[in-house]
Amino acid sequence: MTRPSGLVMYAIFYLAFLYLPVLLLPLFSFNDGTIVAFPIKGWTLEWYRQLGGQDTLLQALVNSLFVGFVSAVMATSMGLFAARAYVRYRFRGQEASEALVMLPLVIPGIIVASSMLVLFISMGLKPSLTAVMLGHTFLALPFSVSIMKSAFDDFDVSLEEAAYDLGSGVVETFRRVTLPIVAPGIVSSLLVTFTVSFDEFVLAFFLSGNQPTLPVYIWSQIRFPAKLPNTLALGSLLLLASVLLLVVAEYFRRRSTKSTL
Amino acid sequence: MDDRPLSYPLEGTRAWGKSLAGLRSEKAKGLALSAPATVYVGFLVAAPLVILVAYSLWTQTYVSIDRTLTLANYREALTDPLVRHLMIRSILIAAAVTLATVALAYPIAYFIALKAQRKTLWLLLITIPFWSSYLLRVFAWKLILGFNGVMNSALLGVGLISDPLTFLLYNEFSVVLTLAHAWAPFAILPIYVSLQKIDPSLLEAANDLGSGKVQQFLRVTLPLTIPGIIAACLIIFIPTVGDYVTPSLVGGSDGKMIANLIQVQFGAANNWPLGATLSLLAMMSVGFVAILFVLSATGLGRRIR
Repeated sequence: MTRPSGLVMYAIFYLAFLYLPVLLLPLFSFNDGTIVAFPIKGWTLEWYRQLGGQDTLLQALVNSLFVGFVSAVMATSMGLFAARAYVRYRFRGQEASEALVMLPLVIPGIIVASSMLVLFISMGLKPSLTAVMLGHTFLALPFSVSIMKSAFDDFDVSLEEAAYDLGSGVVETFRRVTLPIVAPGIVSSLLVTFTVSFDEFVLAFFLSGNQPTLPVYIWSQIRFPAKLPNTLALGSLLLLASVLLLVVAEYFRRRSTKSTL
Repeated sequence: MDDRPLSYPLEGTRAWGKSLAGLRSEKAKGLALSAPATVYVGFLVAAPLVILVAYSLWTQTYVSIDRTLTLANYREALTDPLVRHLMIRSILIAAAVTLATVALAYPIAYFIALKAQRKTLWLLLITIPFWSSYLLRVFAWKLILGFNGVMNSALLGVGLISDPLTFLLYNEFSVVLTLAHAWAPFAILPIYVSLQKIDPSLLEAANDLGSGKVQQFLRVTLPLTIPGIIAACLIIFIPTVGDYVTPSLVGGSDGKMIANLIQVQFGAANNWPLGATLSLLAMMSVGFVAILFVLSATGLGRRIR
């Protein structure tokens, strides 16, 4: 029993290492002091209260929500159709297409960001939220495709055939049979791609111009020590939002893979 | 599902009747449905690349861009000791991160795949922290490792050290540690998948043939997980070379990487042609090292087996 218990110990230490930074931000966001160090001076909600009155922060939040929403919808609609093609049909160039769509995952962020900046400027699109949306859609697409692929994997084709046999057209079959069954997968994809966009920094840093998203705003605050407690509070709220969104997404993803069993 | 076999003959005759036409439209449907995603990604990969190449052949003259084709940027980048230094450091740091992350992750993947009772729970526990903002996680490490930071104040408070440790932040160590944390699940998951695929009878066979636990691991388990290890290494190495946030926040002057220089060219220095050149050179170096790695790793894998 010594070997497995050694592994268990290691696993627990490893988990502690993984969670250390994620748990420290919230812990110190309640600290009644401006320095992030032990011992904790006292507990306060002041830093959270101050967030409400900062207009640039609220504008950045609105920008991020807007960009996240549009990117999620664009990435999920393209991902939905592409995943359906990959799972349901066999066609020439399929493997190349599947590999290409996954490419945004492995290109270094700085290269995506700098090359898109150059492209958009050459096309006459100034750095703006539109540019960020186009970029985030690109980055979020692989996530959407892989989630939708697993949703379609468990989809029983005979259900669609039954609908056709009963006289439904293509559109009606899609709307009344296919869509409801893969709906949990769509919700999961929307939530995940929204989170990808909501948390993304480097691309937004290059492409947002004078319309910062929330991570770009946080970046601008990080260098001011006086703003540190507020940044911690804001960061903690973001951590919480991301984790909540993904737990919900995971719930829907599981529903989508079990729904046809 | 039970009546499935009954419907087969019927399906068969129907498919037989319109097989040719059906096949062609199936191909067309597949192409049409996947086209938006393929074209979108294809365009945003290819078009910037073309323009990046064009920019790299132009030169910046104060506020305007001189569009005579020249290799001056490449000459400048390749002879500049700073560029070479940052490029080599980026690759070495990325290699160290890859090595550290994979080595630390392997036992965890092994534990979850072969020993743990509740695999899904463990996988979920490992992935949850990584759905939070990358920027915030790096920022948290900066606060942890700082001179007056969490780690030093905790160690001082407990009495383990009498002076704050200075080697924690603003060097290669902090960059490697932060990135090894950031990429952990990307190492665990591919290795976990390859461990899951191992046929238990192979291990039993090794056992029956008299090999010990260590030998079993080295000659059966490890070689069979090499594809997972290679995947993990590539997934971590390629993006890490071009990482911007971590070297900026925790790197100090000793931990700066090539991405910082690229950003300066597109920002403060306002020399886009040079920035484009550096981006392209970074991409080529990454590609070169990655191909070299895959070739040697697969060769090594074959030799162990």
